[in-house]
Amino acid sequence: MIGLVVVSHSERLAAGVAELAGQMAPSVAIVACGGDGAGGLGTDYAAVVEALAAADSGDGVVVLFDLGSARMVAEMAVEERAGAEGAGAAGAGEAASEGAVVGPVLVVDAPLVEGAVAAAVRAQGGASLAEVAAAAAEAAGAAGSGSAGPGMAGSAGAEAGSSLVPATGSPEHAGLPEHVGVPEEAVRAEFRLLNEVGLHARPAALVVRALDPLDASVVVRFGSAEADAKSVLALMGLGAPGGAPVEVVARGADAAEAVRRVRELAERRFDE
Amino acid sequence: MACTAESVAAALRAAAGAVVAHRDELVRLDREIGDGDHGENLKRGFDALVSKLDAGVPASPSAVLRLAATTLISTVGGAAGPLYGTAFLRASTAVGDVAVLDGPGAAAALRSALDGVVARGKAEVGDKTMVDALTPAVVAAASVAAGGGGVAEVLEAAAEAAEQGAASTVPLVARKGRASYLGERSAGHLDPGARSTVLLLRALAGAAR
Repeated sequence: MIGLVVVSHSERLAAGVAELAGQMAPSVAIVACGGDGAGGLGTDYAAVVEALAAADSGDGVVVLFDLGSARMVAEMAVEERAGAEGAGAAGAGEAASEGAVVGPVLVVDAPLVEGAVAAAVRAQGGASLAEVAAAAAEAAGAAGSGSAGPGMAGSAGAEAGSSLVPATGSPEHAGLPEHVGVPEEAVRAEFRLLNEVGLHARPAALVVRALDPLDASVVVRFGSAEADAKSVLALMGLGAPGGAPVEVVARGADAAEAVRRVRELAERRFDE
Repeated sequence: MACTAESVAAALRAAAGAVVAHRDELVRLDREIGDGDHGENLKRGFDALVSKLDAGVPASPSAVLRLAATTLISTVGGAAGPLYGTAFLRASTAVGDVAVLDGPGAAAALRSALDGVVARGKAEVGDKTMVDALTPAVVAAASVAAGGGGVAEVLEAAAEAAEQGAASTVPLVARKGRASYLGERSAGHLDPGARSTVLLLRALAGAAR
């Protein structure tokens, strides 16, 4: 399973982001790495090196950061692991090299809170390093459509990347569903959200986790808005409240199973 | 004077002295357009470096520079730790396995240090960063080295050019680093990273004389 490292200048900010993301992804190793190591604001290189090792199960780690120098420290720590600066640099980070399984690491430029939540939920579902990184990077667009609310035409991801350049080495975007029409073979279902809070954070995370292993492209529609059902932030951005009617449209080999899973979750009131 | 490992260590001690002497100035500059920690962060890093040199000077110029790199990376923090750490690490690699550093070697080390800083911080000339001081320093150093200058002359020219480069940051609007969040309000201030680059080069040059 992919692990996450949250690098922040503030110890409390890092811990808070990890707490929030961890609520929706209980099995994911989310390591908070904040502060200068002496109780003040700043970043601690050695602590980041240790955090990478702690978050790594061998599958890989996605690193998120708050401000510029946190990114530099994170990238430096990643290079140190990879030995990119040459074997002689090993003295700076011996913590990482002692026998542990070393997976690949990506430092991803993403909004810290939204990116951590989106990445954690994808990681919980067993997604690959590239998929988890993409979920974080695309969180900017998903969050943006959320603020537009259901009155706007579905635009999840439309603005992704407009203000944020993906970090070096970040993967290609996995590709959000097309908004232009749905082919005839799509599987659809309409039902009401029977739970009290609607598609809030936890229910949205359940949907994403249920769909993640399936080979299906799934959107949820509410009013005139639609959201990628594999993005927790996009689902939350629909603002669909309890009792709201939604439509699920799925394409792909597992389309029928995808629709069945979402309907079942709704019928179970998302286990509330 | 031959520039041995001991000479490089002495130059780094001089740099540490300059950082201590100018700590308050760097703090003040960084408070104007940054988060105010540059002076203290650098002082902490160079204090740590001096302690390590006191415990023993590595055998070659390259190894001394590498000790500086690893120490600064793990003790300075902020943006300056990774940036100066990378600079010294690249310089160390560029110097290679020589016992005595010469003018061209010093110029090549500065060039590699600049390349490392640019790769790490992604800043260009005109962004109001230490790159604005280091870039003209590298050009001047290469010119003097090509003309047969020794380490002292190379570093002297580099420091002089860096001083002018740093001064050029005053009217600039920052495009990188914490100061970039200030936008237009960052204009009219000397960049603290460019200033510390000048201080370090001046100290290194002075020690090499």
